[in-house]
Amino acid sequence: MSFLSYLIRGISLGSVYSIIALGYTMVYGIAKMLNFAHGDIIMIGGYVIFTIMSTIGLPPFVAVLVGIVLCTLLGVTIERIAYKPLRSASSLAVLITAIGVSYFLQNFALLIFGADAKSFTSVIKLSPLELAGGKLTISGETLVTIPLCIIIMVFLSVFVKKTKVGRGMIAVSENKEAAILMGVNVNRTIAITFAIGSALAAVASALMFSAYPALSTTSGAMPGIKAFVAAVFGGIGSIPGAMIGGILLGIIEILSRAYISSQLADAIVFLVLILVLLVKPTGILGKKIQEKV
Amino acid sequence: MSMLSVKNLGISFGGLRAVDSVSINIEKGELYGLIGPNGAGKTTIFNLLTGVYKPDTGIIELDGKNITGKSTMDINNEGIARTFQNIRLFKNMSVLDNVKVGLHNQYKYPTFAGILRLPSYFKTEKAMNEKAIEILKVFDLDEEKDIMAANLPYGKQRKLEIARALGTNPKLLLLDEPAAGMNPKETDELMDTIRLIRNKFNVTILLIEHDMKLVSGICEKIFVLNFGTKLANGEPKEVLNNPEVIKAYLGE
Amino acid sequence: MAIKKTTKSNLITIAILIIIYIVCQILIATGSMSNLMKGLLVPLCYYSIMAVSLNLTVGILGELSLGHAGFMCIGAFASSFFSKTMVDVIGNTFIRFTLAIIIGALSAALFGMIIGVAVLRLRGDYLAIVTLAFGEIIKNVINVLYIGIDRNGLHFSMQDSMSLNLLEDGEAILNGPRGITGTPKNATFTIAIILLILTYVIITNLVNSRSGRAIMAIRDNRIAAETMGIPITRFKILAFSISAGLAGVAGVLYSHNISTLTATPKNFGYNMSIMILVFVVLGGIGNLRGSIIAAVILTLLPEYLRFMQDYRMLIYAVVLIALMIFNWNPTCIQWRENHSLKNYLPMFFKKEKEGL
Repeated sequence: MSFLSYLIRGISLGSVYSIIALGYTMVYGIAKMLNFAHGDIIMIGGYVIFTIMSTIGLPPFVAVLVGIVLCTLLGVTIERIAYKPLRSASSLAVLITAIGVSYFLQNFALLIFGADAKSFTSVIKLSPLELAGGKLTISGETLVTIPLCIIIMVFLSVFVKKTKVGRGMIAVSENKEAAILMGVNVNRTIAITFAIGSALAAVASALMFSAYPALSTTSGAMPGIKAFVAAVFGGIGSIPGAMIGGILLGIIEILSRAYISSQLADAIVFLVLILVLLVKPTGILGKKIQEKV
Repeated sequence: MSMLSVKNLGISFGGLRAVDSVSINIEKGELYGLIGPNGAGKTTIFNLLTGVYKPDTGIIELDGKNITGKSTMDINNEGIARTFQNIRLFKNMSVLDNVKVGLHNQYKYPTFAGILRLPSYFKTEKAMNEKAIEILKVFDLDEEKDIMAANLPYGKQRKLEIARALGTNPKLLLLDEPAAGMNPKETDELMDTIRLIRNKFNVTILLIEHDMKLVSGICEKIFVLNFGTKLANGEPKEVLNNPEVIKAYLGE
Repeated sequence: MAIKKTTKSNLITIAILIIIYIVCQILIATGSMSNLMKGLLVPLCYYSIMAVSLNLTVGILGELSLGHAGFMCIGAFASSFFSKTMVDVIGNTFIRFTLAIIIGALSAALFGMIIGVAVLRLRGDYLAIVTLAFGEIIKNVINVLYIGIDRNGLHFSMQDSMSLNLLEDGEAILNGPRGITGTPKNATFTIAIILLILTYVIITNLVNSRSGRAIMAIRDNRIAAETMGIPITRFKILAFSISAGLAGVAGVLYSHNISTLTATPKNFGYNMSIMILVFVVLGGIGNLRGSIIAAVILTLLPEYLRFMQDYRMLIYAVVLIALMIFNWNPTCIQWRENHSLKNYLPMFFKKEKEGL
């Protein structure tokens, strides 16, 4: 029974990674950049929700909504100020800028919220589900996280395939120049992608900090990196890939924490990533890239 | 004595048979032209000969030795060098260094000799410089030896690619559209240069070209490819007057 | 034979380093150097070594690595372990420290070779994420590793120091998250600057040699390099190993400059790798002298911004973003060209040879 409960916790954590990875993978696919600041948007989202809920005392629903709106604005603003001027620069220059943004967000949060870790109050008031006569307990957070993750993935897949904006996204990710010629507004498409990615980061932050309440200025960094690993794992640029990668990562992490060593859990996650890439260099669902000679 | 003997060469991409049962025989020292309409599979043949693609069928023999399925690197060591349709120079390296990369397997010293600046480093580098300059002189590029390859004008970049390929001391040189983007005067010069290198470096040449003046001017034999298969093969005069060839080029 | 332009530029860099060294020594002798600055001399050298060696991977080989701190970590722990166990066996500090440097470099180079083999099939950002993962694995594994030594030899454990089952004469050298304490502090400014110059010479000599050209050819055009008969695999692994080995040397300096060596996210995590990458990018990809200058300035900047207290890192971040935009934004590049000093003070600039 304990295995099953670990498995469910893994899927739950993995769902959070999936939601972050979706944002990561979309931004990567369209702007071709490793957005190292993505994790820090999660952290900012956490602080915003925490402040509104615990300091101002508004209900969780309002807090999450404001968190989503603010993170969306933040993501779009960052893209406009820091990344847009570098659209034609080398990817390395953009990467370093993203790192600068990450430093900025962390230190900005440090100034406003201080160095002490905050204890996040769960936004989910659902009571745990007890199964098999109390042997298997599923927390309220898990009950919300897993279905929500599936809904988001389905919604995004449909959005990308069926709407004009979504198809514009695919076009930009395949070939930016051709997309411009076909009349796709690239700037707007990239801005929308950042908006969606950041909104998802806010959702992920509400779910993640509800389950793991320690909130500090650096608590977005590791989940951000892991979500990126998840995106690479599943094949970067692929929406179902991000989902599969995220959930696998969550399961591996929780199971290694439970059965092998809690200190080595991260190392095992990274080791599995390396092994997967050795076998499939572009991830589980990634497309093979053939260089034309 | 044949330098290159290709028998029944073929490759498919997905459902498309890009090259199908192509057989070519090139004699030592010959200047051979490979022509055909766009998309006929000419560059694919070059990619098969140099091991960039592995053929599904067929045998490639270079100077009597079977090189089918070998890696690009090994094939170069066996004696095939090439240029590319879309120029692939080492853009951030000097003109001289581009040729010296070509000389890589001709002049050797261990890595640590380079790091520790041992006598073998100075001796070999000197010999390499001399050889590289000698090759560059053939192409009139020796004055520009310290310029970054990317900063060369287009025509000279094409020449540098040939110079670099010659650095590997090939038996067979494959030129992929060497005159592309050149004006008539430059093309004339290039024709002289190609004849010159054939004699000076004692190399067999197979070239892809759309400029019929160049092809008929210097090639001793021509192979016409259409939809991945042989359309005609032989002396330029008879091949270029072949009604099938004219039809393939000009349409009905 | 006339001295080549590149050789001249390299000699200038070395001369600058020696002059800086002499100036620092004079300042120390006359007591006019602050303690803060004195404490920074060795770190400045190892950060510079890190930046120069990472530039070999990023600038010369052209592969993005986010795990350079992992190699530093290996060099630090391997050499520290050696120095601590040998402190009574090899009395001569010079010999012991030289051996420690070699061990640090070789062990890091070995891991560089392993990671080089592992990432052969990977390109671009996939390679970057694997190097990042590798760095994190190293750091995590060291944090659960216990190694002790007694008269029977080495004992390993991944639980705690008790389960090493050491004899009464034994000593636990590596204590998991508590790391290694009591490494002899052998890293002096003199040794550090010598190692920095050595690193610089090794990489510049490599770059200007047959192997260096092969590595750069792979960077500029992999397919063309293959067609020229360059063994891609061998030279990629060579570049990774040398780069890693030199990062190991930086690790040796690091571990022999502090009393307690632990592997934390701060010193050996991906954040450190990224910081070194920032040095490389700001100093100029492939520009070794620039890497040293960027490493020095960006290490000193936060220290000298201390008076701004809490705003310090915030300013640092803003400066970083602004620098990147100023450097790379097309409008800014145009503006710089229009307002270049060369336009205002042409007499101070030699006219560059026009294109052909």
